[in-house]
Amino acid sequence: MTPALIVFFVIGTVAVASSILVIGMRNPVHSALFLLLTFLCVAVLFVMKAAEFVAAVQVLVYAGGVMVLFLFVVMLINVRHLPDEKVLSRFARGGFLVGAAIFVLFLTVVRPGVYHDPVDNEQALRTTYRYVRRRSDHKLVRRGTVVGNSEAVGMALYREYLVPFEVASVFLLVAMIGAIVIGKRELSAIEEETAPDFILERMETEKEVKEKLSA
Amino acid sequence: MPSLDAYLMLSGTLFAVGLVGVIIRRNMITVLMAIELMLNAVNVNLVAFSHHLSSLDGQIFAIFIITVAAGEAAVGLAIIIQLYRLRSSINVDEATNLNG
Repeated sequence: MTPALIVFFVIGTVAVASSILVIGMRNPVHSALFLLLTFLCVAVLFVMKAAEFVAAVQVLVYAGGVMVLFLFVVMLINVRHLPDEKVLSRFARGGFLVGAAIFVLFLTVVRPGVYHDPVDNEQALRTTYRYVRRRSDHKLVRRGTVVGNSEAVGMALYREYLVPFEVASVFLLVAMIGAIVIGKRELSAIEEETAPDFILERMETEKEVKEKLSA
Repeated sequence: MPSLDAYLMLSGTLFAVGLVGVIIRRNMITVLMAIELMLNAVNVNLVAFSHHLSSLDGQIFAIFIITVAAGEAAVGLAIIIQLYRLRSSINVDEATNLNG
């Protein structure tokens, strides 16, 4: 047992246990906190496989952004769960069966010793490549420079994966606009009677702006 | 160093747990969390293979999956909020208007 193996088993056990608690907790806030623990454990697993940049992105985006979003929505919706309320849906038995079947399928596909011939050349994950013209015969040759993982990922993102990268940025814009449009709401007639003055004032100005824009 | 098999088994377990969560839970927020778990399991798989094959492509894919997961979480949570406004419940079993 090398230290790396011990760390892997401890972190892996914590990740699996907290993922089970995510789907087992009654209160969504507790689920969200265990999901955070799972994300952090997965980030540690990424670091152990020489993917430092992905681990950093995982902590920033998942543990920072997505988790705050989840907690915000839990706070906005504020569902009170009665102690005797059912947690499981009516597909629960079938769900456990499907989960067990998928689990057994994965374990049969990934038996120990199926994937041999490990290359494990970590240097390649930290290398950027550029093409230079050789002085002697004027041919293009690929030259690698060992830098860090973040720099290598950045170079790959801005060279080989430039188009997917830009598409991803457009996707994020569309997702943001979609979330705003879906989450926005119009006041109903009853709400307009009971709404405080400042909300009505804001609605009026919004209407005026809309009319001016359409005119 | 933990082998590729160990990583694949771990990611398979995480994926199975997420799948069970998607099917059995009634609370829609928890269902969305279980979907995030499944996406994370796929990321573990990709990063493990990236290390195994000594190629950066797996890590790039993992970054794109994280991007898509963030967008999906934002839109999904907006839909949940709107559903809660309409029906004052986020129970998956009760949202059956499209049930033929």
